[in-house]
Amino acid sequence: MAAVTQVKGQRRVGMTGDEAVAYAVKQADVDVIAAYPITPQTIIVERLAEYVNNGELNAAFIPVESEHSALSTCVGASLAGARVFTATASQGLALMYEILWIASSMRTTIVMALANRALSAPINIHCSHDDAYAARDTGWIQFFAENVQEAYDLTIQAFRVAEDKRVLLPTIINLDGFILSHSLEGLYVLSDDEVRKFLPPKEPVNPIDVEKPMTYGPLALYDYYYEFKRAQAEAMKTSYPVILEVFKEYEKVSGRKYAPVKAYGMEDAEVAMVILGSSAGTARYVARRMRERGEKVGVLSLTLYRPFPEKEIVKYLKNVKAAVIMDRSYSFGSPGAQLFMDIAAALYNEGERPLLINAIYGLGGRDLTPEQVEAAFRAAFEAAKTGVVKEREIWLGVR
Amino acid sequence: MSRLMSWRELEIGCVVPEPGNSVRYKTGSWRALRPVLDKSKCIKCLLCWVYCPEPAIVRREDDSVEIDYDYCKGCGICANECPVKAITMVAEAGGE
Amino acid sequence: MVGQVKSIKEIPREELFAPGHRLCAGCGIPPLVRIVLKAVPGPKVVVTATGCLEVATTIFPYTSWRVPWVHNAFENAAATASGIEAAFRILEKKRGVKRPKVIVFGGDGGTFDIGLQALSGALERGHDMIYICYDNEAYMNTGIQRSGATPRGAATTTSPAGRVIPGKMERKKDLLGIAIAHGVRYAATLNPAFPVDMYNKIAKAAAVEGPTVLHYLCPCPTGWRFDPSRTIEVARLAVMTRMWPLYEYEDGKYRITVMVRKPRPIEDYLKLQGRFRHLLQPENKWVLDQLKKDVEEFWERLVKLSSGSE
Repeated sequence: MAAVTQVKGQRRVGMTGDEAVAYAVKQADVDVIAAYPITPQTIIVERLAEYVNNGELNAAFIPVESEHSALSTCVGASLAGARVFTATASQGLALMYEILWIASSMRTTIVMALANRALSAPINIHCSHDDAYAARDTGWIQFFAENVQEAYDLTIQAFRVAEDKRVLLPTIINLDGFILSHSLEGLYVLSDDEVRKFLPPKEPVNPIDVEKPMTYGPLALYDYYYEFKRAQAEAMKTSYPVILEVFKEYEKVSGRKYAPVKAYGMEDAEVAMVILGSSAGTARYVARRMRERGEKVGVLSLTLYRPFPEKEIVKYLKNVKAAVIMDRSYSFGSPGAQLFMDIAAALYNEGERPLLINAIYGLGGRDLTPEQVEAAFRAAFEAAKTGVVKEREIWLGVR
Repeated sequence: MSRLMSWRELEIGCVVPEPGNSVRYKTGSWRALRPVLDKSKCIKCLLCWVYCPEPAIVRREDDSVEIDYDYCKGCGICANECPVKAITMVAEAGGE
Repeated sequence: MVGQVKSIKEIPREELFAPGHRLCAGCGIPPLVRIVLKAVPGPKVVVTATGCLEVATTIFPYTSWRVPWVHNAFENAAATASGIEAAFRILEKKRGVKRPKVIVFGGDGGTFDIGLQALSGALERGHDMIYICYDNEAYMNTGIQRSGATPRGAATTTSPAGRVIPGKMERKKDLLGIAIAHGVRYAATLNPAFPVDMYNKIAKAAAVEGPTVLHYLCPCPTGWRFDPSRTIEVARLAVMTRMWPLYEYEDGKYRITVMVRKPRPIEDYLKLQGRFRHLLQPENKWVLDQLKKDVEEFWERLVKLSSGSE
């Protein structure tokens, strides 16, 4: 759990996740915002429009006519050297999907808040992680916020990570749709000065410059495309230590400690649960109750999703007998849902590794109840006891 | 450009840092026909200069023109448009 | 008047577009690009949609562009340009960065069809940019497939001149009509056979603060099937048959800039091009008649609209 300690008179405020993100973006003094409204991200966009129109934020607010244009506009703005922000969810992310790959390949430093929402059909405006997962191959750095405080903190840190000259990759902050985006929570906010110090103005690399005319986005045939991708892969790898660095720097300013993975009860856990997003809180609540009964359970929640924190995952899960991987999405026809596949791949070559169960939960905003969490742990215990996974895939709470 | 760069040598992002370096790629080898200019007929109207798609027609200080055979693809627009027929298209000699 | 020239000699010499690109011999695009880069004064940034121009001029590690040039994707040139324009505006305010003029090149594919939404949004928001559509009347880069800009009757690979359906049956979209409906202050058609007219219109567009749309007829020897030496000849005939009226729209007023009082018969234009030759067959006369009607109607409407001005 991110230790929330009062540091040097930080203001305590009540905000929804969307409001907190917008506030962080304002403090980050972005230059360009191009976004299209979609539930449950709309408050972010509206709040930013208010800040700009009231003169509280000196930025260009571009009310684009679609999400595809939103990200396209952001790419142009980032190449011109601006600090850029956008936000979307679900169908909006799906619509801008083509440009996600371009934004990362062209090494833009766009920061995007993704208010996680299920993909149609049927249309649903509530929380699933479909959209976050859809972006997982596209070369964007991805964080997951567990609560509104984290949504705020990670947004600020995202600009620092994205614009770092050793990184230069666009970055997503995931916050669960409605559960975080629209829930009012208490959080500590930094002062404008502190944020300004933590986030000096963007120093762009290779920006559009009439004095140094370059060509951005050429055609690369089979003699060069491959090398471009190798270079991009390297950038994603080198972002990892920079992220750790930024976490450390931010702790100095805020007093709040961030890490790629949060571990609860893992010192002696026999079975573990791995989870993303706001439901980590529910998982830990149940885990605490179970531990009070003497059951050795642990919870791993990922703050960093891309680049995937393989080292931490292996470190924590190696010695566990069985783990249940919680996925708030589904990958039809795949050998497991998305996080399950990530974890399984990370663990596969380790000599010691746990049995893995994949629990699907919460699709389309279905509540994850403590009873469901306990059932998931029970399934892991069953596997640990028998040494066999009877059912690799379980759907929690489905009728 | 003979040697292909390794991934470490690439500039950050998908960029070509050097403006106009396509001049290193000589498209003159595409020609099947070549334009021949009779300067004595040329009236310096500059139509060929304005229309050339490469451009492979160089405009000199005195508005006379010179064909740049490094790039000329032999399309024949200049010959077709010249109002005094100062340019004729001839078969490209076999091998330069 | 802003940056106008009276003759070709007055057109600036500097070439900001370098040879060594791999556009087809006789391609109609470079005459446009070269003149645009000469007619727009001051610092400039060019955005180009995926298509012939983008692909053939920026094959890594080469580029033919001597100005900053950006390519993002196929349908978003106007959106990308919006971002660049807005970024420079705010960076100029916040940090004194000098703001270049944004020029966008899109083919008819990237403008009329897949790119229309982005263009519409950019025009509605009023970004300062010159949007230029080089219209070769089909998706040429992918192999000559029909677009919303393909004229009625033309044969393309997805509207072939078949035994049952002889070519494209729909009429050409009115791009400038769409732009004008968005409230642009300046819009004009361009043609490579009229370089001074073209230069002056581009210079006028460049002087407007806000979005302007220019529509360039781009003959394509490969796709229209004519000898590459005839690119300018074909372009000229388009004007002289009234198939391609040269006009401009400026703050509510229409003006025909090259008046064609005695038009050449449309057949003179069609017979030069393989994509239209089937229209000269007697069994396809009904299509030809419709095409002629399209041309006549548009011309009459244009004359009426411009009769108020002068």
